[in-house]
Amino acid sequence: MPVNPDYAGREYPPAGPFRVTREEIAAFADALGSTSAAHRDAGAAQQLGYADVVAPPTFAVRLAQQCEAQVVRDPGAGIDFARVVHGEEAFTHHRPIVAGDVLTGVLHVDRIREAGGHGMVSTRVELTDADGAPVTTVTSTIVVRGEGS
Amino acid sequence: MSGPVTDPRALSRVVPVDRARLVAYANASGDQNPIHQDAGVARSVGLPDVIAHGMWTMGAALDVVTAYVGGDPGRVLSCTTRFTGMVVVPEGAVVELHVEGVVKKTDEVAGTQTIEVTASCGGEKVLGRCQAVVRA
Repeated sequence: MPVNPDYAGREYPPAGPFRVTREEIAAFADALGSTSAAHRDAGAAQQLGYADVVAPPTFAVRLAQQCEAQVVRDPGAGIDFARVVHGEEAFTHHRPIVAGDVLTGVLHVDRIREAGGHGMVSTRVELTDADGAPVTTVTSTIVVRGEGS
Repeated sequence: MSGPVTDPRALSRVVPVDRARLVAYANASGDQNPIHQDAGVARSVGLPDVIAHGMWTMGAALDVVTAYVGGDPGRVLSCTTRFTGMVVVPEGAVVELHVEGVVKKTDEVAGTQTIEVTASCGGEKVLGRCQAVVRA
């Protein structure tokens, strides 16, 4: 079943709130082998001018993928998860994510196209803080492999 | 928030990855897709063995950029990549991800630099057009 092109332009209700903890940030940094003390040591982060430990540049994927699940699991979208491979990912940080943040994500389906028999779904998640201020924009393209591959 | 310190030596690193690290990343990221943990499932969908999450590779590679800007994650303004290859992680193996960053562009007016990051495994590039913009 191909991806449903009618889902392009769709916006989903806000997901979350996601409360970001020191432990989550440290575990994410450790799994990546990240070296910065600012991911683990509140004192080191405060010396850099932050209220608490700061997330690595790709940490927002943890929250964005929970938002993206709304379309991936939506039966009407026609996305066969067993056939999904990751094509592209990008993050724009309006400010860094810091432990203690309470973030909400709004998922937008920006584009759906067919290429070489595969479906390409481009999404955008806008993460905002408790005050509604923008924090991170996460864009992702997944490729749903065609039946012949 | 930051100083003008940058450290070009930080742009080169080897990051080791094994099955335990992929389990740790699955738990930390919430991505529990079994192709990143279970060889049987990976092979059943046509993969050679368990592969690292593309997002693990991106995150591991980009740490050289954070290190370049003095370990201040807030100076990494944006980052992007395409996923072009696989990091295959056999049972019991420690696989090395070789990461190299190069300053491609300096924007004096904006106070930013664009870093191009190459990540390779066994001589094969695994990320395409991986770039980050930092406050220099």
